[in-house]
Amino acid sequence: MLELKHISFDVEDGGQGREIIRDISLTIPDGRLVVVTGPNGGGKSTLARLIMGIERPTSGAIVLNGEDITNLSITERARRGIGFAFQQPVRFKGLTVLDLLRLAAGRELNPAEACEYLAAVGLCARDYINREVNASLSGGELKRVEIATVLARGTALSLFDEPEAGIDLWSFQNLIEVFEGMRKNIRDSAIMIISHQERILNIADEIVMLADGHVEKQGPKDEILPGLIGTAAAVAACRKAI
Amino acid sequence: MKKLDSIQKRLLEEIADLHTIPEGAYNIRSNSESAGRRSTANIEIIPKTDVAGLDIRIKAGTRRESVHIPVVMTQSGLKELVYNDFYIGEGADVVIIAGCGIDNCGSADSEHDGIHRFYVGKNARVKYIEKHYGSGDGAGKRILNPGTEVYQEEGSTVEMEMAQIKGVDDTERTTTAELAAGAKLVVRERLMTHGNQRAISTYVVNLNGADSSADVVSRSVARDNSYQRFDAKIIGNAPCNGHTECDSIIMDNGRILAVPGLEANDVDAALLHEAAIGKIAGEQLTKLMTLGLTEQEAEEQIISGFLK
Ligand SMILES: Nc1ncnc2c1ncn2[C@@H]1O[C@H](COP(=O)(O)OP(=O)(O)OP(=O)(O)O)[C@@H](O)[C@H]1O
Ligand SMILES: [Mg+2]
Repeated sequence: MLELKHISFDVEDGGQGREIIRDISLTIPDGRLVVVTGPNGGGKSTLARLIMGIERPTSGAIVLNGEDITNLSITERARRGIGFAFQQPVRFKGLTVLDLLRLAAGRELNPAEACEYLAAVGLCARDYINREVNASLSGGELKRVEIATVLARGTALSLFDEPEAGIDLWSFQNLIEVFEGMRKNIRDSAIMIISHQERILNIADEIVMLADGHVEKQGPKDEILPGLIGTAAAVAACRKAI
Repeated sequence: MKKLDSIQKRLLEEIADLHTIPEGAYNIRSNSESAGRRSTANIEIIPKTDVAGLDIRIKAGTRRESVHIPVVMTQSGLKELVYNDFYIGEGADVVIIAGCGIDNCGSADSEHDGIHRFYVGKNARVKYIEKHYGSGDGAGKRILNPGTEVYQEEGSTVEMEMAQIKGVDDTERTTTAELAAGAKLVVRERLMTHGNQRAISTYVVNLNGADSSADVVSRSVARDNSYQRFDAKIIGNAPCNGHTECDSIIMDNGRILAVPGLEANDVDAALLHEAAIGKIAGEQLTKLMTLGLTEQEAEEQIISGFLK
């Protein structure tokens, strides 16, 4: 279980302080799939980066399974079971897909095991396992490899930042099944997906709507979703632009 | 074959992956003497009489054979200059594995300067693999100055893989090549320097014949206080394609100078130089740390992948 307690995050922006995350309190219980949505620039990725430890909050506390992890490094949080699939995955010259999956799993995966993770994200393993994770991978391929690295870790709290971005329609159903499978199979674990996609919102247990750095709405899917579709996100983005 | 001690054997493994006597033709040079040599029906290895070194003659049409000519030095203070000339017959297709390992536990500098000349016949294909390695904790330096000259006739292909990852204090590598029509040269250089090491790598490639091409790519890492200079010049004297690339990571107080040099003397010469020098991208470190690696482990993985 993850608890965020009064998290705020400020940045220096052109000599001025700017509050990107404003006093967010949120609980993600085990066994839950939480989808975070909201307008562009609302602070979703920043929130995920704060949970992973890539950014440190200006104030507030982050508690994982009862332990205050606010001051732990990225590495320490990873070792305590947090996994993160980046919105914009990083490329590496020289490291192969298999190298990355091995590092993620923390052991010498044999190719057959690695293939399972790739198959789960709809990549034909034989073609990809020895590919370098460099500029030669397409955006969608890179995104799938990124998701596979989090699958390979089997973490207690898995964060996915817009996993559907760049993934073709045909594979989309496959991806949904991956998340549903994850939720079923890892009982003591929680999943947080950042998404704008109705079909992903649809598999959520709970939906958090983030705008302007704070939680605007939060609750069970059936309560939140009907009010969101076709309205809230778009309107909020507009309001922000004005 | 002469008996090699355990240090010499370890050096051989490092530079040539050799555990036993290699297949095919070979000459093992150990502390300035031949420790074993074999010619084959198609590949003749003859010691030079005027200077130190070998003439290696490969018959036209020789297919899928290999030549190993590793050099190991374990005696501190040894200095040698060796000339190896390769005559590769028309249409031959061979692999040449060279390399030099120096173990210096003493206080005097050890130095191996090897001049390799390749005369590559029409339509021949050569793959040349060279690894440099230094070890030993003596104050004496381990110095390697390889000079390589390549003369390629029509339609020939030369692929060179050169690596120096550890322990060589000082290197000046000079590679020159002359390519006739349709000839192709591919160079892949990998280099890592640390401590106070210095490595200079200079290429001068003349593309003289129509449709000749050269692709010279260096990947390197400079750590600690080390210094590297990559100086690659391609001269296009005919309709040709030339590409040089220097892709480098700097760490600590490392310094790298990449000197681009392109000279087009023909309107149909297409020449391109790329150079990128920078520290490891923070995002790459972050990603590997989210997989549970420490920053240092992440760094090691990124570098070993980069130099693979
Ligand atoms: N280090 C930073 N310095 C300045 N501004 C920042 C920094 N990090 C994030 N921001 C700003 O904070 C806001 C929130 O960014 P964030 O990436 O979290 O949004 P998001 O909700 O993930 O948006 P999207 O849906 O487009 O991915 C944006 O306006 C962004 O420009
Ligand atoms: Mg985002």
